[in-house]
Amino acid sequence: MRISIKLLGKSDTALLIKSVLSSIEREFPVPTTESTAALQSSALTFQELLFRLQSFWADRGCVLQQPYDVEVGAGTMAPETFLRVLGPKPYRVGYAQPSRRPADGRYGENPNRLFKHTQFQLILKPPPVNVQELYLQSLEAIGIDLSRHDLKFEEDNWEWPAGGAWGVGWQVMLDGLEITQFTYFQQCGGMDLDPICAELTYGLERIAAFLQDVDSIYEIVWARDPETGAPVTYGEVRLAEELQFSVYNFEEADVAKLWEHFNLFEAEAKELLGKADGLFASETASAGEKQRFPLLATYELALKCSNLFNVLDARGAISVTERVGVIGRIRALAVGVARAYAAQQAA
Amino acid sequence: MSDFLLEIGLEEVPARMIAGAEAELGRRVKELLTRERLLAAEAKVTTYSTPRRLAVLVEGVLAAQADAEEQLTGPSWKVAFKDGAATAAAEAFAKKAGVPVSALEKVTTAKGEYAGATVKRQGVSATQLLAGELPKEVLGLYWAKNMYWRAGKPERFVRPVRWVVAMLDAAVVPLEIAGIAAGNASRGHRVLHGGAPVSLASARSYQEALRTAKVIVDVAERRHSIRKALDKATRTVVGARWREDEPLVETVVHLTEWPSVILGDFDREYLTLPEEVLVTVMRDHQKYFAVEDAHSKLAPHFLAVLNTEADADGEAIIRHGNQKVLVARFKDARFFWDFDQKTPLTERVESLKQVTFQKQLGSYHWKTEQNLGVTRALAAAVKNAGLAFDETALLKAVELAKTDLTTELVKEFTELQGIVGGLYARAQHLGERVALAIYEQYTPASTEDNIPVSVEGQLLGLADRIQTIVAMFGIGNAPTGSKDPFALRRAANAIVKILAESELPLTLDSVLDGSGADGANKEQVAAFLRERLHFYLKDMRSFPYDVVNAVLAAGANDVRDAIARAEALTAARKSADFEAISAAFKRIKNILRQAGEKGFAVGEAQGGKLTPEAQQLADAAAALAPKVAALREKRAYGEALAEIATLRPVVDAFFDKVMVLDPDPQVRGAHLSLIDGVLRSFSGIADFSEIVTA
Repeated sequence: MRISIKLLGKSDTALLIKSVLSSIEREFPVPTTESTAALQSSALTFQELLFRLQSFWADRGCVLQQPYDVEVGAGTMAPETFLRVLGPKPYRVGYAQPSRRPADGRYGENPNRLFKHTQFQLILKPPPVNVQELYLQSLEAIGIDLSRHDLKFEEDNWEWPAGGAWGVGWQVMLDGLEITQFTYFQQCGGMDLDPICAELTYGLERIAAFLQDVDSIYEIVWARDPETGAPVTYGEVRLAEELQFSVYNFEEADVAKLWEHFNLFEAEAKELLGKADGLFASETASAGEKQRFPLLATYELALKCSNLFNVLDARGAISVTERVGVIGRIRALAVGVARAYAAQQAA
Repeated sequence: MSDFLLEIGLEEVPARMIAGAEAELGRRVKELLTRERLLAAEAKVTTYSTPRRLAVLVEGVLAAQADAEEQLTGPSWKVAFKDGAATAAAEAFAKKAGVPVSALEKVTTAKGEYAGATVKRQGVSATQLLAGELPKEVLGLYWAKNMYWRAGKPERFVRPVRWVVAMLDAAVVPLEIAGIAAGNASRGHRVLHGGAPVSLASARSYQEALRTAKVIVDVAERRHSIRKALDKATRTVVGARWREDEPLVETVVHLTEWPSVILGDFDREYLTLPEEVLVTVMRDHQKYFAVEDAHSKLAPHFLAVLNTEADADGEAIIRHGNQKVLVARFKDARFFWDFDQKTPLTERVESLKQVTFQKQLGSYHWKTEQNLGVTRALAAAVKNAGLAFDETALLKAVELAKTDLTTELVKEFTELQGIVGGLYARAQHLGERVALAIYEQYTPASTEDNIPVSVEGQLLGLADRIQTIVAMFGIGNAPTGSKDPFALRRAANAIVKILAESELPLTLDSVLDGSGADGANKEQVAAFLRERLHFYLKDMRSFPYDVVNAVLAAGANDVRDAIARAEALTAARKSADFEAISAAFKRIKNILRQAGEKGFAVGEAQGGKLTPEAQQLADAAAALAPKVAALREKRAYGEALAEIATLRPVVDAFFDKVMVLDPDPQVRGAHLSLIDGVLRSFSGIADFSEIVTA
């Protein structure tokens, strides 16, 4: 059983989300000998992989959302997961989520590691009884013939202490490669969930490299010209971003200013949370007043803090003594929003 | 007589939990049937499990409980019948017993005459009883970690229950577990069989029906089949053997329903990576078995246990995938290794300030400073006793011991901490003794593990662990009950084991002194170490508990001495003379305790008048005491105990003839003085009164 403790020492909230996913872009197929060309031409492109997953789950009643437009360390942190799992309302949603782990950046030089990787995140609340079968069908839908592969569900539980969240589940192993994290959420924001939900997180780069049988993430075919079949690679699309953000995160980010940003975002979030506390405790406030309270905006401020912390950490600007305290500050915001959100839903 | 089958269908249960749950389910079903008088005398209970199911088959279930007759006693006969007519009391009793008043009979007991009724209890059918009772038993199974899955959270279980089979012979037992009604349909292998239900004709057909659906439900059969498949796959490489790894076999047994094995290869160039790294990647990260050549050297192959059976093309695809994953991990490891060499261990000491040891205590830099202090104290004690070792190398090793925590390789493979440090120290030419001590610092990792071979490694291991224990106790993190989050018991066990199995001239007290502990903290840790020594002697060395108590009552500081005494005592206690001596010492202790309670003074043996038997004992003891003391000094405990056993005739005669607590205070005082002296003179090896005699 692996939980995210290992990453705790590394870089806070964003990084903590999934120990397993943090390494999704690390472990990865390597040079090949036979049949690579044949595989590459027939295997799905990176974007086709996403299309297939999206349409598979849309056909099964999921809302397709767009990636959340604030920096997050994992799909779990987007409000479509972190907040929607709270309360009794059923919900099914899928979205691709670019997920930032500043400390994992390698200037685009490491074939297996990325500053920003893509998760396809799925929340099924409540989980259907055949959720595992549906998941297996989704693998068939992206071209994996299960009769010619070895599939195992191996225990892997998950926790995100800063979000007061945990669940039990598996890492799904395909021919020895971890391709998905499958979690039954049990708690979020320190609150018991009822109904619980199933969270499926597909590591897209890893799956694409597996399907295309390539050595490096940057060799993944992102798209193909429909006329000529000429490939556009992952490297062409994203390499510059990996390089420049590594430079920023490790070299250029202005530590003093990052702290200023952090403090500003935190101060505003705290002020809003203070107001929320009063409002949701009030017996005279109307339901309408409660429902218009901008908790979603408050949550964005908390996410900003989390990402800033990760950049500061990558920059080597967080000392041992500071670390625990800063994580605690982020936890106070995240858990505070979750609690207020639950109260708002009940209002 | 019927066969009963229960199968709980689950989403994949964690491998580590399956064996325990399977056994518990079998036990619970058997106990239920026994309790309810439904188990035939010759019944056979068989359990099965796979990652997706727990099952139990009972051959020999009675169709129903036997009918029983029960005698009920009601009101006294006089109250029940007045003048031959039934009273209201009789009617109420008859109603309660469910018989007509006319059926009441007179029962005569020792207390008098009562109205009685004989009631027939019709036995409940197995179907009815199982339907009512079994769900509670299933939901009562212990799991290390549970979850909820249904709305309203009606039950907790390890993973969602997805189907239930409950059958008595060919008939379904109508029970419901976690909202799932039992039926006669099981499920087969996810991929090889697919989603079609596997209908069972009868309970007894379970194992064979599932085999047809590509599931081997019997754990022993899967284990056997995996071992055979590992052998077979390995035989394709001349001279090769797979590296035996029983825990890994158990894991893959519980990860598969229809196992097969493939042999994969990797490029020989990766064999230049340390074997420790290669094996960790294969075993811990990928659950692959390592393969070795005829010289027990790692060979460039691995064995993966699959949960499927593929055709040749499929096998090629699966092999290719597994090889790629493994090689990518090896490449990562090599990358980390090369990257880490850019910053030698000696330049990493400062960065330990960035690694937290314990937030209330400090960083690993702080920890290293502390360890250096403890090590210097222990080194001085060892030097004084004349044991040779390389002190410079030791201090260097302590200084660098934790620096591997800052390396990428250890961040990736945390289980290799210490080992990586040792390998790096060697690669960086810091000296073989330094490297070895760092490498061995965490051994023994378990009670079965060996202790470090080098004196430097032993001292580093002792200093590191005692420092941790004392510091953790100091901030209130001592283990309590089953909670030991900082693994302090394991650390203390390792201290005891190192002292027991090394030649270090150190005792528990001298180790504790070296830690600089004082006051209440020191007393607490001292007691904790003694408790671990008790555990070591009893559970690791298997000495009888009374021998352990006896030996430790006479001294629990010098670990190797305690072992020697325990060995001698274990051998000696079997003799009849020694048993008698033990009994006598127990008696002496009791008498002295009584005397103390009554306020009797211990007098003077010499001045007092002694009876002949008492005098004989006094003389024999006086003659023997210096001999025993000399043997004890030489640690010739076996001989010393044999000498003590020779006291038996005079001790027996003394207790036969002498009334110890004589009414005359002077005589009594002399006797007490005598036996007190005997006890003191001969209890230095063990407190014999602790020995349990027949």
